[in-house]
Amino acid sequence: MSSKKIIEHSEAATRFNKDVERVNWHDETLWFVREKRDKSANQIQDWELLRETASQIKNNVLANMHDYLSDFEANAQKNGIIVHWAADAKEHNEIVHSILQKHDVKQMVKSKSMLTEECHLNDYLADKGIEVIDSDLGEYIVQLRKEPPSHIVLPAIHLKKEDVSETFHEHLGTEKGNFDPQYLTESARRQLRDTFLTRKAALTGVNFAIAETGEFVVCTNEGNADMGAHLADVHIACMGFEKLIPKREHLGVFLRLLARSATGQPITTFSSHFKKPRDGKEIHVVIVDNGRSTQLGRPDFRNSLKCIRCGACMNTCPVYRRSGGHSYHNAVAGPIGSILAPNLDMSKNADLPFASTLCGSCTNVCPVKIDIHDQLYKWRQVLVKEGHTPTSKTIAMKTMATVLANPTVFNLAGKSGRFVMKNMPGLVNNKMNKWYDQREMPEVPEESFREWYKKNSRESKAKKDE
Amino acid sequence: MSSKAEILQKIKNSQPSGLAELPNLKVLGSEQFDVLEMYKTVLRNIGGNPKEVADYNEVIAYIKSNYPLEKRIITTVPELSEIAVLDWTNDDPHSLQNVELTIIKAHFGVAENSALWVTDDILGQRVAPFITQYLAIIVNKKDLIPTMHQAYDRIGNQEYGFGTFIAGPSKTADIEQSLVLGAHGARGLVVFLMD
Repeated sequence: MSSKKIIEHSEAATRFNKDVERVNWHDETLWFVREKRDKSANQIQDWELLRETASQIKNNVLANMHDYLSDFEANAQKNGIIVHWAADAKEHNEIVHSILQKHDVKQMVKSKSMLTEECHLNDYLADKGIEVIDSDLGEYIVQLRKEPPSHIVLPAIHLKKEDVSETFHEHLGTEKGNFDPQYLTESARRQLRDTFLTRKAALTGVNFAIAETGEFVVCTNEGNADMGAHLADVHIACMGFEKLIPKREHLGVFLRLLARSATGQPITTFSSHFKKPRDGKEIHVVIVDNGRSTQLGRPDFRNSLKCIRCGACMNTCPVYRRSGGHSYHNAVAGPIGSILAPNLDMSKNADLPFASTLCGSCTNVCPVKIDIHDQLYKWRQVLVKEGHTPTSKTIAMKTMATVLANPTVFNLAGKSGRFVMKNMPGLVNNKMNKWYDQREMPEVPEESFREWYKKNSRESKAKKDE
Repeated sequence: MSSKAEILQKIKNSQPSGLAELPNLKVLGSEQFDVLEMYKTVLRNIGGNPKEVADYNEVIAYIKSNYPLEKRIITTVPELSEIAVLDWTNDDPHSLQNVELTIIKAHFGVAENSALWVTDDILGQRVAPFITQYLAIIVNKKDLIPTMHQAYDRIGNQEYGFGTFIAGPSKTADIEQSLVLGAHGARGLVVFLMD
C-alpha cells in the first residue's frame, strides 16, 4: 500500500457509501459485535474496576518501559529464546528474512500479526522469493483477494459470504455458488492443514510479553498460531515493544478484558504461553520500535501505546462502521488507528484524525481507558499547526477566524450570505460546497439574531418604560 | 550504536517520569457464584460439552459410545489405556495428523470462562490438543475456581516451557460473523468433570 497513491478517508468513505444496502449491513454487523461486548461486560460486576486496573498497569508499563524491556530480554534469553531488536519496519523485515535464510526456509506460515502488516512483511518476503501464507481464516481470505485486512480482529468483516465463496471457488476450487460458511471454513481448514504440516517456520504475533518471566502470550480462537508454532522448527514472534506487561499475574486482568471487549466471548479459545522452545527447536522474538519511542515521547499521545488491540473502538465507531476499514489506509484502522497513524507519517495520515465525530464512544468502551477522542482532537491541532491539512481547509478556517473576530465583517458576511442564499442559491447549493454534500441548506431567515435582538430589546425597553 | 542500545536509549529519554504504581490485584475476583454450574453454563455457551463423571470407568464408557474406536485415539492418562494409546509422546509431532481424539488432563478449570489450564508436562506434545479432530479434557470438580485472578494465583511461579488455557472447541466467525466450530484445531470439546 505504501507505494500506491493514498485516497483520503473522506473520498474512500464516499465510495464505500455508494452501495447503501451493503453499508447498512456493514454498520449493523459491527454494531452487533459491539452489543455482544456490552452483554459480556455487563456480566462482570467489577468491569469498571478491571478497566481502571488495566489502565494503571499500562501506565506503569509506559513509565518503566526501559527497565521492563531489559528484564524481558534477560529472562527470555534465560528461557532459551533468541531476542532481536528492530528500530524500524525495514530492520524488522531484514531480521525475519535473515532467520529464514539461516534455516533455508522458502515457505512460512503466519498467524495474525498486525505488526507485520504495519511493516509490509509479506511483500518484502515475496520479493525475496519467500512465500508467506496467512493462516487466520479472515486473513487467509483477504490474502487470496490481495487485500489488506479491514479490521484488526475481524480481518474480512467487509466481505459477504458470497464474496468469500467466489474467492474460494477461484483459488481453492470450491463449488460455485455454495455460500455456506461451514462448507467454506471446512475447505480452508483442509487446505491450511497441509500448509501447517509442511512449513518449517511459523510466525506469530504477540498479545502480551511478560517482563518478570520472559514468556509471551498469543491468543487465538482458531488455534492457528499453535498449529503453526508447534509443528515448525522455527517460531518467530514479532511484537511492538508496547506489548509488555510487568508480571504474569497481570494476565488475569488483561485476559478477562481482551476477548470480552473484542467479540463478547469470555476468553479466546486458546491463550497460549510460550516460555521455552521445544528441544532442538528455536523461538525468536523480534522487538520492534518503528516510531513507538517517538510516540512515547509525546505526552498528549503516548497513552495510545496502552492499546491491547481488541478492536472495540472500531466496532462502536459510527464513522468506522459506515466507512469501512480500508478507508483508513493504515494497518490499524478506526479510532485507535487514527491516533497511531499520524505518528508514523504525519503528512500521509493527516486526514485520519478528522475521520471522527468526536462522539467519545471509543473512549467509553476502551478496556485500558485510552482517551481516544481527546487524542483525535489534539492531533487535529498538531496537524494544522504543522501545515499538514489541505490548503482549502486552512484558508477557510483563517477566513472564518477573521470574520468571527470582527463584528462589522461578521454582520456584513451574514447579510451577504442571506442575500446570496435567497437570491442566488445556486452559488451555495453546488458541488463546490462540501457542506452541501448530503445536506440541504437551511431556509434563509429574514434577519439575523443580532438584528432581531436590537429591535426587540428596544421594544421591550420601550414597553418597560411605559 | 546497535539498534537495541538505540531503542532503549530513546525509550529512556521518552518514557514519562513520575510514579505510576502498580495497582492492587487483591480487590479483584471476589465474584460469588456456584463454580460448577457456572462452569457448565459457560462451556455450553461457547460450544463445549460438559459431562459429569464419577470415575475413569465412566470416561471410558462415554468414549466407547461416542467416538469411533477404530480411529486413532491418544492420551496421556494411563487409566485410559483400554481405549487410547500412550506411546506417542516422543513421536514426530507431524505424525499426530491422523489423530481423531486426544484425551488429556487439565490442572484446573476457570468457571467464568470455562478455560482449562494445561502445560507441556501433561500435554504429551504441545501440538496434541490442536492437531486432533476432537478433544476431551478431564478436570477434577474440586479444581474448578471462579475467575482468572485465582487462576494466576494458582499458577504462581509454576515452571513450564509451554502452557495454554483452552476454552471450548476451536472456532471462527470470519465469514460474515457466522460461528463455525472446528477452524484449525479441535472440532469438538468434551470436558469430563470428575468427582
